[in-house]
Amino acid sequence: MTGLTSFPTIETAVRRKHPWRWVAAAVVAVLLAQLVQFLIINPGFGWDTVWSYVRAESVIKGLGTTLWLTVIAMVIGIVIGILLAVARISQNPLLRAVSGAYIWFFRGTPTLIQLIFFYNLSALLPQLSLGIPFGPAFLQVDTNDVITPLLAAILGLGLNEGAYMAEIIRGGLLSVDNGQREAGQSLGMKGSRVLRRVILPQAMRFIVPPTGNQVISMVKATSLVSVIALSDLLYTVQAIYNRTFETIPMLIVACIWYLVITSVLYVGQSFIERHYGRSARRTTGSFWNFLKIRPTPAPSAGAASLGKEEL
Amino acid sequence: MSTVTDTPGTTPGTSPAVRPVLEARDVRKSFGSVEVLSGISLDVQAGETVVILGPSGSGKSTFLRCINMLEEPNGGRILVDGDDVGYIERGGRLHEVSGAQLAKRRADIGMVFQQFNLFSHMTVLENIIEGPTGVKRVPKKVAIQDAKRLLTQVGLEGREGAYPRQLSGGQQQRVAIARALAMHPKLMLFDEPTSALDPELVGEVLNTMRQLADGGLTMVVVTHEISFAREAADRVVFMDGGVIVEQGTPAEVIDNPQHERTRAFLARFL
Repeated sequence: MTGLTSFPTIETAVRRKHPWRWVAAAVVAVLLAQLVQFLIINPGFGWDTVWSYVRAESVIKGLGTTLWLTVIAMVIGIVIGILLAVARISQNPLLRAVSGAYIWFFRGTPTLIQLIFFYNLSALLPQLSLGIPFGPAFLQVDTNDVITPLLAAILGLGLNEGAYMAEIIRGGLLSVDNGQREAGQSLGMKGSRVLRRVILPQAMRFIVPPTGNQVISMVKATSLVSVIALSDLLYTVQAIYNRTFETIPMLIVACIWYLVITSVLYVGQSFIERHYGRSARRTTGSFWNFLKIRPTPAPSAGAASLGKEEL
Repeated sequence: MSTVTDTPGTTPGTSPAVRPVLEARDVRKSFGSVEVLSGISLDVQAGETVVILGPSGSGKSTFLRCINMLEEPNGGRILVDGDDVGYIERGGRLHEVSGAQLAKRRADIGMVFQQFNLFSHMTVLENIIEGPTGVKRVPKKVAIQDAKRLLTQVGLEGREGAYPRQLSGGQQQRVAIARALAMHPKLMLFDEPTSALDPELVGEVLNTMRQLADGGLTMVVVTHEISFAREAADRVVFMDGGVIVEQGTPAEVIDNPQHERTRAFLARFL
């Protein structure tokens, strides 16, 4: 026993070695080198072609179609999703059943089939009419005049997205403690006001992260519309390689742009998550965290604020 | 529907000139096949503080929640300031009112919850002015002034900008009291306001409530704090098994209980 006057302390403790990290690093380095070599020496990639097309006017135009199709489909999806989610948790059994049936159908059938279905709606309904069932019609138009490839794409993607957003929003609404609703009600707030001022803002914390995933999925799901001849990003590069037979380089052009969009969305998502987390102080991983070897501890984990973190 | 013949408000023993703020007649409530309230009748006069004591499961919280229709009673009648909360009397029957009308009636009844239930995404000030500005359409400036006065009253001057998570349980509960008071309710309901608090934080909340009782607020308090009942209550009501077993002044009920069930309950606190 050494006396209490001299004993080792944690400050000078010998840290653990991590030999397997070095082994892993070596393996990854070798694989990475092979990948780079493959990318450089294989002429099949046609990097010259890639660079000459990546900013071609037609490609940028297709990119624009992809982007705003994503935006419109998501907006429709979120609006339908909110309506379905509120209907799904309402007191009205009919609304609950209708919402459930919608979600069951649109989640249960492939998006690709839904798109083709809307595109071919005229086979089922040659004419669209507005009127009383079995009675007179007030307004009648040819389906093919109304359902353009663009509208079919918007309908197919938006209605399908609504089913997924409904489940996300419903989960968010249910995750807010019921005491919050009761507190709002006891202040004399109407149901709609409780939802808007109390429940939704707190549900956003649970809704935003999966919605970010949905947006990123949607960017890629828009490529499905190439089957109904809508000139999005994928359709545009397909049109080019059908002419030039430079299939691989043109697909890489498309991939580069998809990666650019999803990367930008990823950064935006983490900013929005931080905004809605401000009253809950949950640590959301920074975009660059994965580059750091050791995860940095969140500032709130400091001893000074320990007491405040508890309810 | 109702077979109760004695119209609320004309109970013998109460002064007919002053109508009670709360009149409950034979209130019944079941959850499934379990009857939680088996006919509760209780009047609370303006300015009175009534403390409801009773073991867990005696129905006291359920009764409180029936008053502002957070739970829907299955029978009887409840009037607050002379009006039904969730119904309107027409042609000798009660008719359910719309959600908007129910909300309007609830605005006159303040409630303080066991779990505080402060809006966690709003600051202290936003919590307090949400009701007045959003429901009563009070100008924001006036609401803020009133909120600051109430915060001083509950001893939390200067904490307007804090979020609920930055406050202790006792502070959160006092903000919740200020939030309910900001609506200038005719009746305040306290549902076990100190049960979720650490023992050392109970006192600050009870002190605030005692001041409110002394200030003439009409209060119905469900609690396990016998000392609060003794010091602040005008009347103590003991409930067990969904009925009122006995009631009277604190001296009568707490110090000289007449019923065996009351004695057994109180013995646990000695």
